[in-house]
Order: sequence, then C-alpha cells, then structure tokens
Amino acid sequence: MSLLEVHDLTVSYTRRGRWGRPHARPAVHGVSFAVEPGEVVAVVGESGSGKTTTAQAVIGLLPPNGRLDGGRILLGGTDIAGWSQRRLQAVRGAQIGLVPQDPANSLNPVKPVGVQIGEALRIHRRGDRRTITRRVVELLERVGLPDPEVRARQYPHELSGGMRQRVLIAIAVALAPRLIIADEPTSALDVTVQKRILDLIDDLRAESGTAVLLVTHDLGVAADRSDRMVVMKDGRIEERGATRAVLGAPQAAYTARLLRDAPALRAPRFLSTEVTEAVEAVEAVEVPEAAGAARAAAATGATGPTGPTGTGAVCEPPEPAVVVHDLVKEYRAGGRPFRAVDGVSFEVPRGTTHALVGESGSGKTTTARMVMRLAEPTSGSVAIGGAETAGLRGARLRALRRDVQLVYQNPYGSLDPRQSIADIVEEPLRNFGLGDRPARRERVRELLDRVALPAAVLGRRARELSGGQRQRVAIARALAPGPRVVVLDEAVSALDVSVQAQILDLLGELQRDLGLTYLFISHDLAVVRQISHTVSVMSKGRIVETGTTRQLFENPGHAYTRALLAAVPGTAHRPAGQDGTAHRLPAREGAARRLAGQEAGR
Amino acid sequence: MSGSARYLLSRAGQAALVLWAAFTAGYVLLQLLPGDAILIKFQNPELGLSPEQIAEIRSYYGTDGPGAYLHTLLGFLRGDFGYSIDTGTPVAERLAEGLPATAKLAGAAFALAVLIAVAVAFASCHTRLSRLRGALQAVPSLFVSVPAFWLGIVLIQVFSFRLRLVPVIGGSELQQLLLPVLTLAVPISAPIAQILARSLDQVRTQPFVPVVAAKGASPGWILWRHVARNALPPTLTVAGLTFGELIAGSVVTETVFGRNGVGRLTEQAVNAQDTPVLLAVVVLAATVFVLVNLVVDLLYPVLDPRLRRAVA
Repeated sequence: MSLLEVHDLTVSYTRRGRWGRPHARPAVHGVSFAVEPGEVVAVVGESGSGKTTTAQAVIGLLPPNGRLDGGRILLGGTDIAGWSQRRLQAVRGAQIGLVPQDPANSLNPVKPVGVQIGEALRIHRRGDRRTITRRVVELLERVGLPDPEVRARQYPHELSGGMRQRVLIAIAVALAPRLIIADEPTSALDVTVQKRILDLIDDLRAESGTAVLLVTHDLGVAADRSDRMVVMKDGRIEERGATRAVLGAPQAAYTARLLRDAPALRAPRFLSTEVTEAVEAVEAVEVPEAAGAARAAAATGATGPTGPTGTGAVCEPPEPAVVVHDLVKEYRAGGRPFRAVDGVSFEVPRGTTHALVGESGSGKTTTARMVMRLAEPTSGSVAIGGAETAGLRGARLRALRRDVQLVYQNPYGSLDPRQSIADIVEEPLRNFGLGDRPARRERVRELLDRVALPAAVLGRRARELSGGQRQRVAIARALAPGPRVVVLDEAVSALDVSVQAQILDLLGELQRDLGLTYLFISHDLAVVRQISHTVSVMSKGRIVETGTTRQLFENPGHAYTRALLAAVPGTAHRPAGQDGTAHRLPAREGAARRLAGQEAGR
Repeated sequence: MSGSARYLLSRAGQAALVLWAAFTAGYVLLQLLPGDAILIKFQNPELGLSPEQIAEIRSYYGTDGPGAYLHTLLGFLRGDFGYSIDTGTPVAERLAEGLPATAKLAGAAFALAVLIAVAVAFASCHTRLSRLRGALQAVPSLFVSVPAFWLGIVLIQVFSFRLRLVPVIGGSELQQLLLPVLTLAVPISAPIAQILARSLDQVRTQPFVPVVAAKGASPGWILWRHVARNALPPTLTVAGLTFGELIAGSVVTETVFGRNGVGRLTEQAVNAQDTPVLLAVVVLAATVFVLVNLVVDLLYPVLDPRLRRAVA
C-alpha cells in the first residue's frame, strides 16, 4: 500500500469578481500520484502550475479562498480529503511534516526557536516539560546546529537563513512523521547552503524512512534528489514517472522544453569562442565617428542599421569597457569597520559579459553599485570606457548615467505600477532630453520591438504583464538612452526557467547586435555559465578567482569555486555525476529495508 | 547593561523635554488669552477698585512682570503650583481633591475600553461568517463617531429614567461609576479595536502561521499564542495615544454626570479663566501622557526581541 495516494485531486480558488459575485477558478484539475514509504517524489513545475496548491491540499492547509472540489487523498489507506480541520489537526505534525519555502519569515519572530520546536511536541502532548526540552536539544543537534542548548534560546533573527531552515526541518521531523512535504525548501538559500540542507533532508529520510514530497521549480534539485517526479503545468500533470526515465527520455513536449531551458541540465556550452568574434566585431565598428553616429541614431530613433556592421577597419586593441581597480567599500557598524568589498579588481572587454558570482553577503551587489556610482567607494577606482568615474558631477555624471544602465532583479518592484509601459520606457529619453516627442514615441516602439514585445503592451500597466514581459520592459528601458554598459543585477533570478531561457537568449542577441558590455551579477552558476565570457568569483568581499568561464568551470583553481560548483543542483544527473546518483541508491535501499524491519517488528 | 541604561536615561531626558515644552506652550497660550481671572473677579464696579489697586493685586499673585515665567516654572519644579485666583486656595489642594475620582473614572474606562477592543477585534478575527465579520469590523468606526456628551445623556435617559437601573443621585460608588465609565470607554475603545483587528489580520497572513498550523495547532492556539503577541506592539502604541483622549473625555463626562474630579475642575477653571489651575491641569495631563508613552516605548523591546539589539 502506498503511503500517500492522491486520486483525481481538484482544487479551485474563489475570487470576488465584478459586483462582488464570487467565482471559482480551478487551480488543480484531476491530479493523481502516489508516494511510497521512504521515497522522494518531486512535484515540478513553473509558477502557476498548481504544484504548491497540490501540496497544501495534501496537508489540508489551502489558503482561506481555496477549496477542495473533489478527489481522494489517501494517507496510509485512509481518505483524509473530507476530514474536518479538527481531525486533520491530529494528522498534521504527527503524520505529515511541513518544511516551508521561506525560512526568513516562517518562524514566529517573538519566540525562541527552541520553544517553536517544542511546540510541535506540546500540541500533540508528547512528554512533560523536561522531556520536551531534552528532545528539542536532541533535534537541534540532529539537524546539525552547533551549541544546541544556546540555539534553543535564540530568536529567529539571531540565526542565518540556513540555520533557520534547519530549525524548520527540526520542527517538521520532531514527531517522526511518515511524510514530509518540502515546499521549495531551498529556493531562498545560497547554493552551498542549499546543498547542505538537501543533504540533511536526504539523511533524515534515509535514517527514519520518511517519505518526502518535494515541491520545486528547480529541475536540477528534482534530478538530484528524487526517485520519481510529477511534472505539472496549468494545474494538470504533464508527465510522471521515475526521475531518471523522465529526464532521460521525456514523453511530454513540455518536459522536454523544461529540460532544454534548465540551465543546470544543459550540456556545457561556453561562450569563450564567441568572445573574440564579439570583440572583433565591436573593435571593427569602434571607429569613433561610426560608433558615435550609431549611438546617436540608436538614441533618437532614426532608422538605419544601428548594430555593428563590421567595416573591416583594424584598430588598436581598445580600452576595456569597464576597469575596476582595488575597489574597497567600508561600512562602520557600531564603531567597528566592516569591509563589504575588499580590494576588488577586474576588467571587462568591450562587447563581452563579465559575471560576478557569489553567495549573499559576498559583496557582489555593492561592487555593482560602485561601478554605477550609486555608491561611493571608500577607495579604489572605476573607469568606464577609459574615463575615471570618481568625482564626476553634474553634466558629466549624467553622461555616465546614460552610458551605464541597470536591470534589476525584481521585475515586479522595478516598474512604476502607475505608469503605462510606454511612459516607463520613454522616461530615460525624457530625462536625458533625447529627441522630440514623436521621435521618442517612435524610439519606444522600436525598443519594444527590439525586446520582442508587441506594440499592444504600450498602453498597459506593469501589473497586466507577466514576469518575463516585465523584465523585457525593464531591459527596453535600460536600452533607451543607448548605454554601452548594462549592469544586470540578478536580472533573471526571479523568473521561471523557460522565461529565464528566453530572457538570456534576448540578452545574448542584444549584446551581439548592439555591442553591449554586460556586468552580470548572479548567485546562479548555471546561468552564469550560459551567458558570461569571463567570471569573477566573490567571497566575503574579495575576488577569490577570475578567469574565462570555460577555465573556471572546467578547471576551478580555488577551493571555494570548487565548492560552489559541486553545490549546483543537477550535477548528479549529468553524465559526470551519474555515479553520484548510483551511490545514493544503496542508502535508499537500506532505508527501505530498515523500514521493512520496523514493519515486521510491529 | 550600560547601553540600556544610557537608552533609559536618554528616553527620560526626552520625556522631561516634552514636559517643559508642554508647560511653556501652556503658559504662553494662557497669557495670550484676552482678559484674565483677576479682571473677571475684581472688575465688578461694586467692589470699587481702582486700576492701580487691580495692578497691585496682579503683582501680588505674581501673574505679571518679566520674572513671572521663571517664577512659575521653578514653583512647578518644587511642586508648588501657586494659588487659584477664583477660590484663593492652593492649586495643589484643588487638584488633590479631584484626582482620585478622575483616576478611578479614567482607569476603569481605559480597562473597559481595552476589554471592548479585544473582544471586538478577536471576534471579528475569529468568525468565519463574512456578514458577521463585516458587521464587527464596522463597530470601531461606529464607536469613534459617537460623541461622549450625547452618549452620556442617552445612557442616563435609558438606564436611569426609563429602566431605573441606576439612580441618578446617590447609589453605591459602583453604580455612580457605571455610566460615566461606559460613556468614556466607548469612543476610546474604537481606535484600539481598529488597530488590533487590522494587525491581527495582517499577522495572520505571515508565512509563519501555516507553519504553526502544520504542527497541528488549532485556530485558537495559533491566534492566542502566535498571532496576538505579534499584533500587540502597534496596538500598544495606539492605546498609549488614547490617554490624551481619556483626559479630554473626562472633562465632558464629569460635567455631564456632575462628578467632582479634575475634569470638572478644568471646566470651572476655564469659565473663570483661572490661569494657575489651568496651567497645572495642562502639565498634569502632559505628565500622564508622557509617562504612559514612555512605558509603552520601554515595553516594545520586551515584546519584540528584534528590537532588543537596537536598545542594548
């Protein structure tokens, strides 16, 4: 008998439409799958696919406007779909544990973490105060937190994201449930932390034979960690089966597309050869007058070829587009100076992409802000197109702003919700006084066409667009004043993989056509591998390694780079890592056997 | 430890500064009023006082001249509030007479207001029926728009004259307190209920709530042990601010119900333009207000551990 069987699950959300009349919108239609004891089943899909709704329905915690319309949820053979909340309370925590998505906000900020772990035991009346206290310390130790007695008394804000997720895992396993629902458990974490957390879940699963329903948007994570997977799209199952079979020979066209788009699972293909082409093309066109004319044409919306045309003229090797030398940013926190960026130097050749890779707190965004002069460096220098940016003021600082544009991570927050798309894209042109009104309007249309958006979006507001469309608008806005350098700060991190792939393709195309130089800030090594020519790896404010993308990925020199690379999910699926998958299998079989032993012992 | 001691000291310093500002503003404003208590009391031609004699009385009371402000301020610092011009008795004595009655009224009204607010907010948060919920959410706006004098009169009409439940004159102390406390509590409970209900709703949407539910907690457990504690700080701030209204409301309430207290004293002093009494009342009200809000500020880090670091 399966541990969990979901049959024909149908869930809808009620929205109040016009005139306050409620209308139900189905979110999950006829979803069926099963989870066997001790196995990991991944539910994979993009945003809006219904994967989280499915998980919430299983544990009976749909949002207030969500409704279970039909289907059966068999937990150990008992249908819990129609159970009252009161009956489900006995199941939650005891038989099904939950590891939530967002460790930053998933713990009550005003209670010590020990109390919050112990609460799971108190609710189900497992032991008196003393045994609960002891058990909490044991659990904290089990999930790998040093000094568990001290940790138990700490508040969530005193712990890092990874530590909080460990606390949340301790809560989920406190009562040794048979099933753990992990809803995007590591999406908000750095890649090395992600690996350790997923390892921990794996260990706990192997140790106690707990099954895991792993909800994730990350095919790499699913590939590495699951036995079987369910691929969802628009509330329906597209495909399900053994993970290796699904990934090896996808049956559904949608799965195949997801696989093609997932950067971590793509075959390594480096841009190193294209660097020279791009640079040559740009070098060729960087005859001053020609370049100036092209930029002016681009900025005012005049027709004619705006991209590099390759006149064949051979020049001196040009200045790199961006030169950063010994950049330092020091903050004073409570009298003690703290170096967020500590002696960073790198160069970006014209027309290429340089990636700054690092985990949160590594100083990559601060570096980017100083490159743009949105933050003043404590010391060191930045040169854009051969001109020092330090001390620029007034008109010359404005000229720099025109030259260096930014595309920010969050396409939801970076567009003014009250402006129309046309106004948003036109704003830089207005600010810099480029062209008259008809010329600007023409240029806006051209820019939207450039980023492959239909003219129909001109009059719309940002909220009417999807995440990918919004990011295209943000790119169009960045291109509007005709910059030479574009800083992309985690510009694709918030997007679904298929949209991410489209935006990355667009960025590559724009770079080739317009000779743009990118400074690409990212925590995601798989994306970096795909888009960048050269990479700097940052850790604790310093660059630990710099090189071409191929060098860095194929022959990492620094231990930290190697650790980062090893932590990229999806590595176990790639041919090189397949033995990794293989050696995990015995552990799983061991767990199954142990479970069988337990069953027999009863 | 020294860090939090320094914090305490700076907060106390700020409180003292606010009190001084309240005293000065009160003093200046009362000076600016046309006419004064001395004119009202001694101007009557039957007394036959010449302007020179009135000026002499004025200097006797110390209400005139360049040193008057400093003189009064130093007096206040020593606890000497001067003499009432209307009755000639020391202001401190008159305040002491009224204070216990007002403290009882205000204290009971505040407690009742908090009770009403908590009941309304939690009921509107707990109920699943959307109609009842809507009705409960409308209660605070209704309460806040009820004028205290009107409510007082209606309550007397209904409970004393029609239903004869509470005697208008006489009766036990509790009976005497009942209607004024209700009159004062209702409008004050409104903003507290509103903010509490809103914070409860807002806290309930936070991601930690489903995590608690996933442990198997009941809705009541979640509401009382997790949501309420997080919803408290903003509510406390508003509760502290209502003390200003409490003081203003007691003037009206004591007048309507004919109770002798600081509110009644204020009303009489305003009629007689009895500056020393008014100034003392202003400073007293400001002191209560500042102290209550100081306590609220100091409670914040106790309630929310995230603020402790900033304090220490």
